[in-house]
Amino acid sequence: MSELLNVPTMADFMAQGKQPEVLFWVGCAGSFDDRAKKITKAFVKLLNKAKVDFAVLGTEESCTGDPAKRAGNEFLFQMQAVTNIEVMNAYEVKKIVTACPHCFNTIKNEYPELGGNYEVMHHTQFLKDLLDEGRLSIEGGQFKGKRITFHDPCYLGRANNVYEAPRDLIQKLEAELIEMKNCKKNGLCCGAGGAQMFKDAEKGDKEVNVERTEQALDMKPEIIAAGCPFCNTMMTDGVKAKEREDDVKVMDIAELIANAQDL
Amino acid sequence: MDYLPNILFALALFIGIGYFAKNVKKLRRNIGLGQDLDISDNKPERWKNMARIALGQSKMVRRPVAGLLHVIVYVGFIVINIEVLEIIIDGLLGTHRIFSSIGSLYGVLIGTFEILAVLVFVAVIVFWIRRNIIKLKRFWNSEMTSWPKNDANYILYFEMVLMTLFLVMNATDIHFQEMHSGNVISQFIAPWFSHFSEGTVHLIERSAWWLHILGILIFLNYLYFSKHLHILLAFPNTFYASLKPKGEFNNLEAVTKEVKMMMDPNVDPFAAPAENAEVPAKFGASDVQDLNWLQLLNAYTCTECGRCTSECPANQTGKKLSPRKIMMDTRDRLEEVGKNIDANKGTFVDDGKQLLDDYITREELWACTSCNACVEACPVSINPLSIILDMRRYLVMEQSAAPTELNNMMTNIENNGAPWPYNQMDRLNWKNE
Ligand code: SF4
Ligand code: SF4
Repeated sequence: MSELLNVPTMADFMAQGKQPEVLFWVGCAGSFDDRAKKITKAFVKLLNKAKVDFAVLGTEESCTGDPAKRAGNEFLFQMQAVTNIEVMNAYEVKKIVTACPHCFNTIKNEYPELGGNYEVMHHTQFLKDLLDEGRLSIEGGQFKGKRITFHDPCYLGRANNVYEAPRDLIQKLEAELIEMKNCKKNGLCCGAGGAQMFKDAEKGDKEVNVERTEQALDMKPEIIAAGCPFCNTMMTDGVKAKEREDDVKVMDIAELIANAQDL
Repeated sequence: MDYLPNILFALALFIGIGYFAKNVKKLRRNIGLGQDLDISDNKPERWKNMARIALGQSKMVRRPVAGLLHVIVYVGFIVINIEVLEIIIDGLLGTHRIFSSIGSLYGVLIGTFEILAVLVFVAVIVFWIRRNIIKLKRFWNSEMTSWPKNDANYILYFEMVLMTLFLVMNATDIHFQEMHSGNVISQFIAPWFSHFSEGTVHLIERSAWWLHILGILIFLNYLYFSKHLHILLAFPNTFYASLKPKGEFNNLEAVTKEVKMMMDPNVDPFAAPAENAEVPAKFGASDVQDLNWLQLLNAYTCTECGRCTSECPANQTGKKLSPRKIMMDTRDRLEEVGKNIDANKGTFVDDGKQLLDDYITREELWACTSCNACVEACPVSINPLSIILDMRRYLVMEQSAAPTELNNMMTNIENNGAPWPYNQMDRLNWKNE
């Protein structure tokens, strides 16, 4: 498997005196979390298939600082930001794609003021462009007619008004896109944002991810599609808590497309 | 002696508007207690937002039932106020229905007012039923007891009384009824008074007229103490609301300076601090004066509708956090600080209290997922999340008082550049797994 993946680093490109078309910002979850690593690989397979000249920072990448900032630690956030910006500016990075809406939001919105100006895309936007440009194609198959509901990540949807790209991709799979009652602007959080991922919830009568998973399961989907590694974890846990892991899968949009291609 | 009513009227008007002006001044002073914030950009877009959201009620109608009812009351309120203009002129000059000289258009106007008055009356009754009989959940959260609950009902009673007085005033105006123009509703009320003598009917008409205008003046002055202040502040609040993507949180400038200095190899760490070095700012907010003026304006604008709280994932799952309460607490504390300043000849004397802990607990602050659902839901563009974030900043940067798990997460980021204890050198291992 692994030999199929071609993952050059920015340093590799630099050594050859070249610039990649885009920097793939993998993010902490995408690098270390077992579930999220699968999403990372699925996305890389698609990039390879579409012959995108991309690079990663590899060991030169560091946390964007998002969880620190949302927890209130502005110092740590800005230290992380300035360090990352220094690295990326040294490589003269222009365009970034990431599969994590938190990295997407932070780099796109909060880095410019600190000296990091890049064009930043969420991987669903990037994949959509690849399809539109004809660099990648989807042959229906596997997901044709499947009931798929999309859970909007807060930091992609409400935070940045990206609602259509992931939905367009699901429709390209010829799947049946079904919307939850609370979707798009009104989407309910999975419970992970604002650094909640890293702590237990405060006392209450329910976990947020269970509430959201119930809303998704109400739609009787075969697949719950996600566009964020943290949402993915939360929804997967939610499906497990409802003991539905045998008939409902939680998958990232990149995985759906990679699977459709049998990659 | 003939001028007595005119004089009394002028006096009432003077007191009513004067007291209101005094409170507006206080309001401005209190909002001015907040930190500076420069919002002078993008004026055209801001005007557009104000026209769309405040004037056009675009976010209200997202909940169709409440939205429609609210639009009725809102339009009714504004339009019927044209009538108040006539009342004021009549009152000052001692005339009677001075606008009636404009002919048939007058009938059309008053007819419209009468129909609106009935619609408003009905809408207000439905509002009251939703609040008190159906008991919609968002009106019964724990922060909606005592004053906030009564305030909401008082406003509804006020409007019912004002609308009734307006219709009675028209119904008992014998001269107006005889015009047979514009009395579309009041002609059906007039017969109720037909068994009274003409003198009595006239007395009722005068009483209704006076009570109506006095009621309006009292209502005007009630605003400052009530959530109903939103009818005025919704306009500046939607004008000044952030135009940035909701996910973008501000970068603290004071921190940027320090970080740049730490990262700059040319800075001599042992150099004596520059002469003009500012006193280090307080990071984040523990009290209302640490918030910026827009956040304080937000607090006064909040209409306590609870749309934010009903969309909040933390609140929906039984956590203590309620974004509405964050706004109400901020206003209550700001009022307390304002009164303190008034009582101490213009300076704030430490009262041993603050917004943090005395009003907003840490448990509430840490329950927020920063999902922006509250910001999206607010019909008047209030941002409760920004206050939550500033208070977290205080807890973390001034008090090192984050929950242990978050401290671990932050230590990991500091040491290995990831929120988990993995080595940065292993960041690309996935590619070979
Ligand atoms: S941002 Fe925080 S307070 Fe606002 S709705 Fe989300 S969890 Fe609730
Ligand atoms: S903050 Fe906005 S949504 Fe929340 S109660 Fe106040 S006015 Fe309503």
